[in-house]
Amino acid sequence: MTTTQRPTMIEFRDVHKYYGDYHALRGINATIRAGEFFSLLGPSGCGKTTLLRTIAGFEDISSGAVLIDSKHMQGVPANKRPTNMVFQSYAIFPHLTVEENVGFGLRRDPRSAAEKAMAVGEALEMVGLKGYGKRAAHALSGGQRQRVALARALILKPKVLLLDEPLSALDKKMREQMQVELIKLQRQVGITFILVTHDQEEALVMSDRIAVMFEGQIAQLADPETLYRRPNSRKVADFIGTMNFLPAQVLSENGTVEVEAAGLGRFALSADQVMGGSTGEGATVGFRPETATILFEGQTATDRESMATIEEVVYYGDMTYYDVRFDGVAAPMRLSMRNVFGRPVLDIGTRARVGWSPGALVLFR
Amino acid sequence: MMKSPGLKIYTIAYLVFLYAPIALLPIFAFNDSRVIAFPLAGFTTNWFVEMWNDQQLWIAFKNSMTIAVSSALFATLFGIFAARASTRYNFPGKPGIIGLIMLPLVLPEMIVSMALLVILIGIGVPLSIFTIILGHVLICTPYAVAILSSAFSSLDRSLEEAAYDLGETRASTFRLIILPLVMPGIISSLLISFTISLDEFIIAYFLGGNQTVLSVYIFGQFRFPQKVPAIMALGFVLVCISILLLTIAEYFRRRGIAKTGGKDTGGFL
Repeated sequence: MTTTQRPTMIEFRDVHKYYGDYHALRGINATIRAGEFFSLLGPSGCGKTTLLRTIAGFEDISSGAVLIDSKHMQGVPANKRPTNMVFQSYAIFPHLTVEENVGFGLRRDPRSAAEKAMAVGEALEMVGLKGYGKRAAHALSGGQRQRVALARALILKPKVLLLDEPLSALDKKMREQMQVELIKLQRQVGITFILVTHDQEEALVMSDRIAVMFEGQIAQLADPETLYRRPNSRKVADFIGTMNFLPAQVLSENGTVEVEAAGLGRFALSADQVMGGSTGEGATVGFRPETATILFEGQTATDRESMATIEEVVYYGDMTYYDVRFDGVAAPMRLSMRNVFGRPVLDIGTRARVGWSPGALVLFR
Repeated sequence: MMKSPGLKIYTIAYLVFLYAPIALLPIFAFNDSRVIAFPLAGFTTNWFVEMWNDQQLWIAFKNSMTIAVSSALFATLFGIFAARASTRYNFPGKPGIIGLIMLPLVLPEMIVSMALLVILIGIGVPLSIFTIILGHVLICTPYAVAILSSAFSSLDRSLEEAAYDLGETRASTFRLIILPLVMPGIISSLLISFTISLDEFIIAYFLGGNQTVLSVYIFGQFRFPQKVPAIMALGFVLVCISILLLTIAEYFRRRGIAKTGGKDTGGFL
């Protein structure tokens, strides 16, 4: 089921936050839908963690409104909100055992001790820590602490689970494994997950939708594919993956937009490929490294073709990155090519035909 | 390690100079002679019996215990408030206020005692055990704040937030999470404050009125040479108690660090 039909879970209405003179959140307007895996993505200091903490109730907002499940949260303290949080440091209580940690939120639950113990057991099983209940929490590994923190937050069946950079302390392999587990867990419990991360790859992998934030504002809110293929500004394009930029001129606009770009010649773009958000150097067209390919002997372009010279070759095993300079363009463009068995890696200085397609381009102006 | 023999000799000389006098305490506490001099006369435990039967000493001891326990409790309680405030909250004038709390650490006790004496007499408070406690709380509190600040600041703030997020109130979070985690610091603070108060002389002498405490009593007894061996015995007992208390304090400090997964940055022992 697509997430578009789901009801709204969280709504930000023109949220502002000041720390003294510092304007940390500058008019946030967004809705997060029920059951969605939503990410707040941005560089450090962009306000993503602050925004997450306004949902949890750890930060008051200076103006605007935060609504959870259509209820205004103004004046509702963190311990009365239907949200639970997984902290960046995990915040496992070091003086308690694993099961005491997981069952901590059930202290005020009227259920019997036996029922609570069963709920703790189920929560531990859900995160793959069955049988770890009696262990001392401070003796766990990073990945295990992460799981305890998840079980502890989910046992209260919150409407929203907040995750503050939960994977940043794990090593690469563990992180990738936990990404997959988190996605599965989210599908299983159906709770709205809101993830804060500075890792664009992590956001792309895990999220239904992503809000990219810069300097206290949401720059773009979209699903991962739209964000990658149609970034609405050069800044977003730069932050998410790699994008090549070429200076361009708009020739005419008549339904389609006629553009001339250095090295690529003239072509037409549809209206949805045209964005604002240039950085003041005039219009540019951008393309992702994998959307243009070097054509080997006997290959013909499916769409358009331009001549270029290879300036740099970086071999990655499964991939080769080529920096190529289109004829008449000053800056080199990066292309990423999947290596195919039996096909040589080209040398620096080789003249090459580059196949590309106007459909993969984005115009910023 | 130590390369120069000069440094090695210096270190040994330093330690001998520091601890040899203390080593004399047990030697003369068990020496069968009223005269504190070599050669030794023989082994006896008479001085401990004499000490035990000294009624004045018992009164001084009870006074000292009352004062030390009260001072430790109050200093630690104030220390908890101050340490919590200094590590968690920001308020105007914070560095100045914390500075004032820590000031007695470097202020000569003589000055503190004189100032307190003048004020107490001025406002008509009779000198008693209570006035000694006031003075001791003043000088013990900075130590309590120093110990407890390190305990409070090594606490991850998100632990509190996590407990609050899981439905606890501010008060129950303090009781369930913060207090158990800083408990080793609290015990350390109690023991150190207790020891400082027990040892203290100047304030006890100035503010005690006609109430005698252990340190003042011991000093007084040195006027009577025949009493000195019993004082040696008492000194030996006090050294043993001090070592025991400091060891317990250090044990709890280290256990606290291990519990919260922190790193040892040096302590008392």
